[in-house]
Amino acid sequence: MKILVCISKTPDTTAKIAFTDNNTKFDTNGVQWIINPYDEWYALVRAIELKEKDAATTIHLITVGSADAEPIIRKALALGGDEAIRVNAESHDSFYVASQIAEVAKQGGYDLVFTGKETIDYNGSSIGGMIAELLDIPYISLATKFELAGTLATITREIEGGEETCEVTLPVVVSSQKGMAEQRIPNMRGIMAARTKPLKVVEPAAADALTSVAGFGLPPAKAGVKLVPADNVEELVRLLHEEAKAI
Amino acid sequence: MSVLIFIDTAEDGHVKKASLEAISYGAKIAEQLDTVAEGVVLGKVTGDLPSLGKYGVKKIHHVNNDALDHFDAQVDTKVIAQVAQQTGAKVIVFSNNVDGKAIAPRLSARLKAGLVSGAVALPDTSNGFTVKKNVFSGKAFANITVNTDIKIIALNPNAYQVVAGEGTAEVVTANVATEPGRVKVTHVTKSSGEVPLTEAEIVVSAGRGLKGPENWGMVEELAKTLHAATACSRPVADAHWRPHNEHVGQTGIAIAPNLYIAIGISGAIQHLAGVNRSKVIVVINKDPEAPFFKAADYGIVGDAFEIIPKFTAAVKQLKG
Ligand SMILES: Cc1cc2nc3c(=O)[nH]c(=O)nc-3n(C[C@H](O)[C@H](O)[C@H](O)COP(=O)(O)OP(=O)(O)OC[C@H]3O[C@@H](n4cnc5c(N)ncnc54)[C@H](O)[C@@H]3O)c2cc1C
Ligand SMILES: Nc1ncnc2c1ncn2[C@@H]1O[C@H](COP(=O)(O)O)[C@@H](O)[C@H]1O
Repeated sequence: MKILVCISKTPDTTAKIAFTDNNTKFDTNGVQWIINPYDEWYALVRAIELKEKDAATTIHLITVGSADAEPIIRKALALGGDEAIRVNAESHDSFYVASQIAEVAKQGGYDLVFTGKETIDYNGSSIGGMIAELLDIPYISLATKFELAGTLATITREIEGGEETCEVTLPVVVSSQKGMAEQRIPNMRGIMAARTKPLKVVEPAAADALTSVAGFGLPPAKAGVKLVPADNVEELVRLLHEEAKAI
Repeated sequence: MSVLIFIDTAEDGHVKKASLEAISYGAKIAEQLDTVAEGVVLGKVTGDLPSLGKYGVKKIHHVNNDALDHFDAQVDTKVIAQVAQQTGAKVIVFSNNVDGKAIAPRLSARLKAGLVSGAVALPDTSNGFTVKKNVFSGKAFANITVNTDIKIIALNPNAYQVVAGEGTAEVVTANVATEPGRVKVTHVTKSSGEVPLTEAEIVVSAGRGLKGPENWGMVEELAKTLHAATACSRPVADAHWRPHNEHVGQTGIAIAPNLYIAIGISGAIQHLAGVNRSKVIVVINKDPEAPFFKAADYGIVGDAFEIIPKFTAAVKQLKG
């Protein structure tokens, strides 16, 4: 069993969001970088749990990014995984990134590709589906549970107002979210082991970018809260009805 | 040439509200590009397809066979790709809901057509094709230029108003090949009778300020009175006071209802990330310094246990 886990680098959830270069670039000044939470807490930890059950499992991590993504991928290796691959390319186009991952996945013959539900900076929710299409294999998105018996995966995914469970024979691409696993904290042994785990750097395959970022912006600031006294809830309801037209 | 809209249906075959938004949005783009809006719908449908014409779709391609009754993004993508080719679609519109998030990226890779997922406004076609989308979990937006001949847009739920006018759509049976799927759906669970969180116009949400699960009766009562869905903060779901599918925020579900009522929730940045696209935010908190007030439109500083029952009573009175 070979698992490929997609790991991306994102700004910390509390990072201040600002832009430079005439609003065309994210201002990375003072930003703390983390492993995208969905990739770390759910995709990676679930892969590690599968390996803990079946020692014959190999886990490879992949990131598409420049050299400054290496501390992040080492941090991921400290949680678990046998080796990491960094595709040496920087891109904001989902299709370009997915093409790189699909190429590595093809070469490596993985049975399972795990991604996070979305990156918390780009919010694309796209890369998993694109990888699956490029490999022409099934894709289960927004998974909350993943069980494996031999080559048969039983996966539960979110649907509007509920959940759906399905069965699919490997290989499959799965995007992971809350429910898949519980967050883990890397221990000292893991951190030490990560230092010597292989981190391969490969050059990108030829691929097109289909989109480009024209610019960023911030939403207009709120006008400020209108406070209603606690003994006059009727007034709040009136405002919501007449002024905000929300009820 | 056309604008093709994916009309998404639920497990029971009814057309989702998010699809009506996608149709209204796609019809407006068709008008902008001086072309027609067509739709594609897969599997069994309950309800009246021609009447969707009132949202601006002129022709609906219905592909109906057993293989399409259950959701399988791989199968659906191949079918939609064929319909897109037959209709000469230049713009393909999805809702960025659970199904859209699975199919739109696949279709993008299949057709090598640039995708903007999480769109919140109509495309700017004055110079190229640029679409505004949310990034950084709603804390910012980006304008994305699509550089391919065919463009795919996945529209965020609740980001575009449904526009109903006059008209009837012509429904045709599409002539496409369907492959058997590799995904076998074995079980569907739905929280019955309630409003699904992601489709709700109004959401009543409560946090640790409610003290314990036994106090949620009044939250549910308020939600019922407002015909709203219920939600909660992460610690509340983690403590199993409420089911996990109610957890909103960075690590939970992201929602954008017309009205979000937050009770006894402090307003941590990770919570706001999932709700800050709501049109109107009401905060009820006993601490005037709670950070949530900075993101709110209306607020009451006070005790939730006193305010919630009064709130419910006042709404009942309003609705007569
Ligand atoms: C990486 C990361 C991701 C996270 N993701 C999420 C997420 O997706 N969603 C999420 O919600 N959180 C998330 N969190 C947690 C988040 O930081 C907060 O800890 C959490 O939102 C707090 O929940 P709360 O507001 O219910 O509780 P508290 O912060 O404990 O706030 C309770 C509030 O209730 C008020 N209160 C108390 N009693 C009353 C009363 N009688 N009447 C009225 N008000 C009262 C208090 O004044 C207080 O403001 C995340 C954290 C991290 C680090
Ligand atoms: N640069 C990247 N390198 C490796 N994996 C990535 C990268 N960007 C995104 N991913 C994976 O794809 C998932 C979805 O990303 P997105 O489509 O951008 O929201 C993430 O949760 C990651 O698992």
